[in-house]
Amino acid sequence: MDLITVSGPPSSGKTSILLRTIEHFKQRGLHVGVVKFDCLFTDDDVYFAKLDIPVKKGLSGSLCPDHYFVSNIEEVVEWGNNQNLDILITESAGLCNRCSPYIKDIKAVCVIDNLSGINTPKKIGPMLKSADIVVITKGDIVSQAEREVFTMKVQSVNPKAIIMHVNGLSGQGAYELSTLIYDKDKHVATLEGEQLRYPMPSALCSYCLGETRIGKKHQVGNVRKIKLGDS
Amino acid sequence: MDKYTQEYTISQLLTEYPFVKDFLEDHLIPYRGKEHLTLDAFFKYLDPNIIEENAINPDLFTKSLVEYIDLMKQYFVSNKPKQTSITIYPGTHKDGRKESFDSIHIKSGEIIAIVGPTGSGKSRLLADIEWAANDDTPTGRTVHINGRALEPHERFSSSNKLVAQLSQNMNFVMDMTVEEFLDLHATSRLVKDKETIIQTIFNKANTLAGEAFTKDTPITELSGGQSRALMIADTAILSTSPIILIDEIENAGIDRKLALDLLVSEDKIVLMSTHDPILALMGDKRIVINNGGIDSIINSSEEERNILGKLEALDKTLMTLRQQLRYGKTIELKEEY
Ligand SMILES: Nc1nc2c(ncn2[C@@H]2O[C@H](COP(=O)(O)OP(=O)(O)OP(=O)(O)O)[C@@H](O)[C@H]2O)c(=O)[nH]1
Ligand SMILES: [Zn+2]
Ligand SMILES: [Zn+2]
Repeated sequence: MDLITVSGPPSSGKTSILLRTIEHFKQRGLHVGVVKFDCLFTDDDVYFAKLDIPVKKGLSGSLCPDHYFVSNIEEVVEWGNNQNLDILITESAGLCNRCSPYIKDIKAVCVIDNLSGINTPKKIGPMLKSADIVVITKGDIVSQAEREVFTMKVQSVNPKAIIMHVNGLSGQGAYELSTLIYDKDKHVATLEGEQLRYPMPSALCSYCLGETRIGKKHQVGNVRKIKLGDS
Repeated sequence: MDKYTQEYTISQLLTEYPFVKDFLEDHLIPYRGKEHLTLDAFFKYLDPNIIEENAINPDLFTKSLVEYIDLMKQYFVSNKPKQTSITIYPGTHKDGRKESFDSIHIKSGEIIAIVGPTGSGKSRLLADIEWAANDDTPTGRTVHINGRALEPHERFSSSNKLVAQLSQNMNFVMDMTVEEFLDLHATSRLVKDKETIIQTIFNKANTLAGEAFTKDTPITELSGGQSRALMIADTAILSTSPIILIDEIENAGIDRKLALDLLVSEDKIVLMSTHDPILALMGDKRIVINNGGIDSIINSSEEERNILGKLEALDKTLMTLRQQLRYGKTIELKEEY
């Protein structure tokens, strides 16, 4: 089974392009499964289930979704192997711009949309910086020039990535993407001992651990104070 | 190991490759005041707290920078569009029948209309061209660019993108004026004579548009016709993609003939997916798609071109009538046809 991790800002079009791409996998007779990671809510699993493929979801609730992802990915891989999948795809909404779920040697796809503004590429950090393939969506509704400028911005944040333009509505580009992300010779049996591409923030603070009271005396762990200055 | 990070000081890098400044800033590298160092030395002494806070990965950053400089050098050399040709070799229809042509050859300056019912396979043909299909798409077609198949890295390269696209649904979304917008695009293209190019695009766009606009108009406030005109002029002149894909050009607020003339005068190949007889007849050829495949290729005949003249006259009449209606006049039609 090959494993593909897909990440990207909320509503960037991850599910749309995956649905289109999976259709092409299915036409080739490949057995695909999806696990969707989100924070509080998702009904993406319903859309994937409509393709008649195995799908699971995991909600991280109070945790950073990427932290939650790493804590669970090994079990997810086991599930995929038990389902006899050819391809297991994880989709996670990148809510925390400081983390990314990518694992060394596992194909990492970042989905980002043309409408998000030209400064977005530099804001979203590791999720974009360390992806192998960057898929840009919603090119059907912005001008050619804006697409070109946006592509350049993405390229300057991650020059080594393959950049693909895929339309989540019409599916234009999804076939091409399907040929790029799947490697039939890759068999991921376990992720035991594998490493994340990017270190997650090194420590948790009291609020990460469930503290709700505000004020210095309730703060333990890694507390970083905002620099406000005097003026 | 690498000269950009070990031999050049940061300030030498910035002088030699001015675009490195944006790159450093986009990656939140606090290089200011440290320009006399090489990047390697800079990272060696960089405060680990800053590394963590700005999510910097020095190793990945250095690799990316090297790739970026090499990539941007490609943009420099490929600035001037050259002559391009596309050759399409047959694949199969949806039902498995082989397409019945030997090959289709299209070269710079040609306008090709692509016609056929919705869902007939027009998008797949355009996708085959954009991807330079090599018997590896659902149609089994092969598309050669300048007489040969593309190498994998050429297919994925964003600096060599083959196709630029213009469609009815496209809008400007950035919050800036016409001038700021053109400046941004020209800057990203690394063109040499920026001011002149911006002025040229602006003038051309104004000739194409029915109503004039100024450089300080926010792009999101342009009318439909004005936006389309600016998009076309900008794509013709600034986009490096040799092929322009057009999905209809609406008949209002823009001179379509001039628009196509501008595109071909910049040596573009224009592929137009259209149901409009005037646009279709402005093409040199029509590719007819049906049932997932190319059914036939029709060269626009002399007779058809004569009809085009009449259609254009009709079209003009209709436009005039619309104009009269808009300005509250009573409608008059001279019976000349
Ligand atoms: N016009 C246009 N709309 C798109 C495109 N791709 C996705 N959309 C729309 O964008 C919205 C969000 O798409 P989703 O696929 O749900 O995005 P997502 O990234 O999976 O979202 P979350 O999982 O909720 O974070 C939907 O309304 C899609 O129809 C595209 O290429 N063009
Ligand atoms: Zn989704
Ligand atoms: Zn996080």
